[in-house]
Amino acid sequence: MTRGEGKRLFSQFLQLFFAGVAQGCVYALVALGFVLIYKATETVNFAQGDLMMFGAFFGLTASTILGWPYWATILFAIVVMAVVGMMIERIVIRPVLGYPTFTVVMITIGVGYILRGFVTMVPGWGTETYSLKTPFGDSLVRLGGAVIAADQLATIGLTAALCLVLYLFFRFAKLGVAMQATSQNQLAAYYMGIPVQRVNMLIWGLAAAVAAFGGILLAPIAFIHFNMGFIALKAFPAAVVGGFGSVPGAVVGGLIIGVVDALAGFYLAEGFKDIAAYVVVLFVLWFMPSGIFGETVRKKV
Amino acid sequence: MRFIFKTAYDQDIRLFQHGGQMFWYGLLGVALLAAPFALSEYVLSQLHFICIYAIVGLGLMLLVGYTGQISLGHAAFLAVGAYTEALLQAAGVPFVVSISCAALFSAAVGLIVAIPALRLKGIYLAIATIAFNVIVEEIITRWESLTGGNQGKLLKPIELFGYKLTSGASFYYVCLALTVLCCLALINLLRSPTGRAFVAIRDSEISASCLGINLARYKAMSFALSAALTGIGGALYAHKVTFISPEQFTLVQSIEMVTIVIIGGIGSLHGAVLGAAFIIMLPQGISIAKGWLPEAIPQVGLQSVVFGLVLVGFIIFEPYGLYGRWLKIRTYFDVFPFYRRGTFRRQRTYLRSERLR
Repeated sequence: MTRGEGKRLFSQFLQLFFAGVAQGCVYALVALGFVLIYKATETVNFAQGDLMMFGAFFGLTASTILGWPYWATILFAIVVMAVVGMMIERIVIRPVLGYPTFTVVMITIGVGYILRGFVTMVPGWGTETYSLKTPFGDSLVRLGGAVIAADQLATIGLTAALCLVLYLFFRFAKLGVAMQATSQNQLAAYYMGIPVQRVNMLIWGLAAAVAAFGGILLAPIAFIHFNMGFIALKAFPAAVVGGFGSVPGAVVGGLIIGVVDALAGFYLAEGFKDIAAYVVVLFVLWFMPSGIFGETVRKKV
Repeated sequence: MRFIFKTAYDQDIRLFQHGGQMFWYGLLGVALLAAPFALSEYVLSQLHFICIYAIVGLGLMLLVGYTGQISLGHAAFLAVGAYTEALLQAAGVPFVVSISCAALFSAAVGLIVAIPALRLKGIYLAIATIAFNVIVEEIITRWESLTGGNQGKLLKPIELFGYKLTSGASFYYVCLALTVLCCLALINLLRSPTGRAFVAIRDSEISASCLGINLARYKAMSFALSAALTGIGGALYAHKVTFISPEQFTLVQSIEMVTIVIIGGIGSLHGAVLGAAFIIMLPQGISIAKGWLPEAIPQVGLQSVVFGLVLVGFIIFEPYGLYGRWLKIRTYFDVFPFYRRGTFRRQRTYLRSERLR
C-alpha cells in the first residue's frame, strides 16, 4: 500500500466516522428520552420514535407553512411536544403504572400507533415525504482530506450543546435535582416534599421535547415521513448498550451504535448495516446483561 | 349459582368441570364442524385466519401469559415455520411430516434464542427478541439461494394422504383440527407439573427457584414450546397466503401477534382464541366504518389509529382482556346481587423502589 492510498483510506474512514457520529447523535437523543422516562416511571416508551416524528412534523409546519426561521422552528416544536408528552403521561401512562412491564410496553406501542395514524390524517401532513430547510444548507467542510457536510457538524454541535444544557439542568436547577431524586426513590422524594406525580409528568414533557429536537436534527440526514419513527428501533440498542438507567450511557451508546452502523454499511457486505446494531446489542447483553454504565438491581421478595 | 361438590382429587384437574361446560363446548364443536356448510367462502377464509392466529396466540400465551416472559420477536418463529414448510413441500415431503418438522425446527430455534434470554429480564428480554426478529428477517432476505430473498416462495395446496386439499372447507378442517389439538395439548400441559412450574415462574422467579424449579430449564422449555406452536401456525399461514416473503415477518407482525394476547386477556387460553378472532375481525369492522367517514381519511391511518386506541383502551379499562370481561359478566350474574367491584382488582407491583400510587 502506498502512502497516498493509506491517506485516502484514512480520510474515507474519517468521513464515515463523522457521518456515523452525526447519525449516532440522533440515536443518542432518542435513547436519552428512553432513559429519562425509564428512570422516572419504570416505563419503556416504545412511542419515543413516534414522538420524534410528531415533533419533526410540527417543526415542518412552523418552517414551511408559517415560514418561521430555523431557530424559532426548533423552539416551537420543543414547546408543543413538551405539552404533548405531558398529556400522554397524564392520560395514558399514569393509570397503568405498576402493571407488568409488558402491559405498559404495549400501551406505549399503542400510543405510537395512534400518533402515526393521526399524522396521516392531518391535512398538509399525510403520507408524503418532506424535507426541512436548514440554514447550513448544502455547504461542505474539509477536514484533513475528508469532506464533511455542514449539516452533520451542526447536528453534532447541537447535540453536544443540548447535552451540556441537560447536564447543567440536572446538576444545578431545582427541578432537575428534584427529577433525579424522584427517579432514584419516589417515596423518599415524596417525603422530602417533591410533588412526585407532577415531576413525572414534567419528565415525560422533557423526554418528548428532546425527541422533537432529535426529529428536527434528523430531518436533514433522513426525511420527514410518518414512518420515520422506526429509527427508534435502533435507539433501543443504543440505550441498552449504554445501560438502560444511565443518561451518559445513552449518549455513549447512541454514538457507538451510530458509528458501528456507518462503518458496517461501508466495510461489510450488503445487509449488515441493518443488523449491525442488533448484533452489537446481543453481544453486549451476552457479556454485560445490564449494559456499560448500567446498575444491577435486586428486588426484595 | 352452581356449587361443585368435589368427591375426588381428579375433579380438580378434570377437562370439564361440570355438565354445563360439556354441553356448551359440545355445541360450539358442532357449530364449528357445521360452519363450512352454512358460511360463504369469504367468511370461511376469515375463519382460516382466526384458526391460524389462534394457534399463534396460544403459543404466545404460553410464553407471555403463563411463563411471564416477554417476546417481541415471535414473527421470526412464524417465519421459520412458514419457510420450513415451503421448502419441505417443494422437496416433496408429505404434509404430516413437513408440519411436524416446521414445529420441531421452530422449537430448536426457540431454544437457541432461549439460551441468551435466560439471563435477561423485562425490557432487556424484549429488546433481545426484537434484535432476534430483525436478524432472522435479514437472513431470510439475504439467503436467496434457499429462501428466494425478496422474490419470496410460492406454496402448493396441502396434499394429505393422497388427496389435494384445494377447497376452502377442507383446509378449514385441517386448521380447525390443529387448533383443537393445540388447545388440548396446552390444557394438558398446564395441568401437569411442567405447566404449574411455568405459572410459578411467572408469579415469582425467586419463590419458584426456592421451591426447586430449575428456572433455566423451564424457561427454555417454555420458549421452545411456544416457538413450536408458532411454527405450526407459520406453516398453516404459509399455506393460507400461498406466497411468503420476508416483509410478512417484520416487527409489526410480532407486535400484532402480541396484541392478540393482550386483547384476549393475559393468562387464559380462551383469551388467545378470542383475541385472534378480534384481531382478524377488526380490519373488517374498520373498512365497514370507513364508508361513513369522509373520503379524505386514508385507510392506513385510520386502521393505525383504531388499532392503537383499541390497544390503549383495553389496557386501561380492561387489563384482563376480552376473556376477563366475560368472566366479570358471568360472575356478576352468578353471585347476583352480591357482585363487588373489587373482585378482580389487580395488584400493582413496582420494580425498583417503593412507589406512590
